[in-house]
Amino acid sequence: MTASAFTLILFAVSALAGFLGALTGLGGGVVVVPALTLLLGVDIRYAIGASLVSVIATSSGAAAAYVREGFSNIRIGMLLEIATTLGALAGAFLAVHITTHAIAIIFGLVLLQAAYQSFKSEHGAHETVESDTLSRKLRLGSTYPVDGEMQSYGVRNVPAGFSLMFGAGALSGLLGIGSGAVKVIAMDRAMRIPFKVSTTTSNFMIGVTAAASAGVYLSRGYVDPRVAMPVMLGVLGGALLGARILSRARASTLRMVFGLVVLALAIEMIANGILGKV
Amino acid sequence: MDDRRLEILIGNLLRAGVMLAAAVVLAGGILYLAQQHGQPVSYHVFHPGGEDTRTLSGVIHSAMHLESVGLIQLGLLLLIATPIARVAFAIVGFALERDRLYAIVSTIVLVILIYSLLHAT
Repeated sequence: MTASAFTLILFAVSALAGFLGALTGLGGGVVVVPALTLLLGVDIRYAIGASLVSVIATSSGAAAAYVREGFSNIRIGMLLEIATTLGALAGAFLAVHITTHAIAIIFGLVLLQAAYQSFKSEHGAHETVESDTLSRKLRLGSTYPVDGEMQSYGVRNVPAGFSLMFGAGALSGLLGIGSGAVKVIAMDRAMRIPFKVSTTTSNFMIGVTAAASAGVYLSRGYVDPRVAMPVMLGVLGGALLGARILSRARASTLRMVFGLVVLALAIEMIANGILGKV
Repeated sequence: MDDRRLEILIGNLLRAGVMLAAAVVLAGGILYLAQQHGQPVSYHVFHPGGEDTRTLSGVIHSAMHLESVGLIQLGLLLLIATPIARVAFAIVGFALERDRLYAIVSTIVLVILIYSLLHAT
């Protein structure tokens, strides 16, 4: 394939991944890597390197919009970033020491989880809770807008959330993804933070987490400029477009279709990993 | 300045950083395609590139000579710098609010980020 054809195809695939990732709320990175490795035969190390920089672009690019909505909690995000950045460093070092087959299989399992997530119906809001002693000491509770009024919420189980966040960081560093889903689970389920606050704070954390493993990826040659250029521009463009449409369309059918695609990619990724083809 | 206005200002700065990074990457990409559009490429087998794509000094050197690959990597480095700048701004914000605990928390995160960049490259 010539350089221009390859660049064009990469750009188109990445733009579609970024667009669907934003519409379904699952993020672009999780489909970019299997699309590159399975459809285009790109080595998985180039794919996760390109995916990682795209994740930073969409996270930082969307920050302004999220802050304006008034949902994200910077104190929670910053505290948990100690865990995610350490996890990301560990994951990135691990990534250069285990085989690409193992990375493919772990990636497949993460895709399975993402597929399950998209088949599940929309998340119901749980009751807000009172802060426990540690969270009160750390002043993690805050307020967020509900139907135009500010409602206060508390935070619980910081140690459990912190441990889960280390895992989220490790996955991010190992696979070059944002691992927003695990971050949301840590905050929403373990720490009982309102769902809206969890998702927006997670987005804020994704870029910082990814930046922690970017140095390792770059120095190992995972970030190839010829691959990362069209992928980063494509995912960013697609995500910005998707975010613009998101406010108008409720995308439950799309989530189902997307879930099926992700499920197929998961199975193929795991099979290829086991057969040693990736 | 209150909390939210500072946050919105930082958010806008970040978006500007991403747009600048994307513009540099795009410029490098156009240059790359103009020079090598017909070249056959394959990324099926992994081989780490040279200094010009893997180290900070190599990237800057290559970008200064307006080489396409160096320009793209420089744009990506700018991109990686945006969340790091985000954390640095947070330290300033918390310090202005005299919130010592979170100024320290943010500083720990910044130290981890800088350590990882310096240690790796």
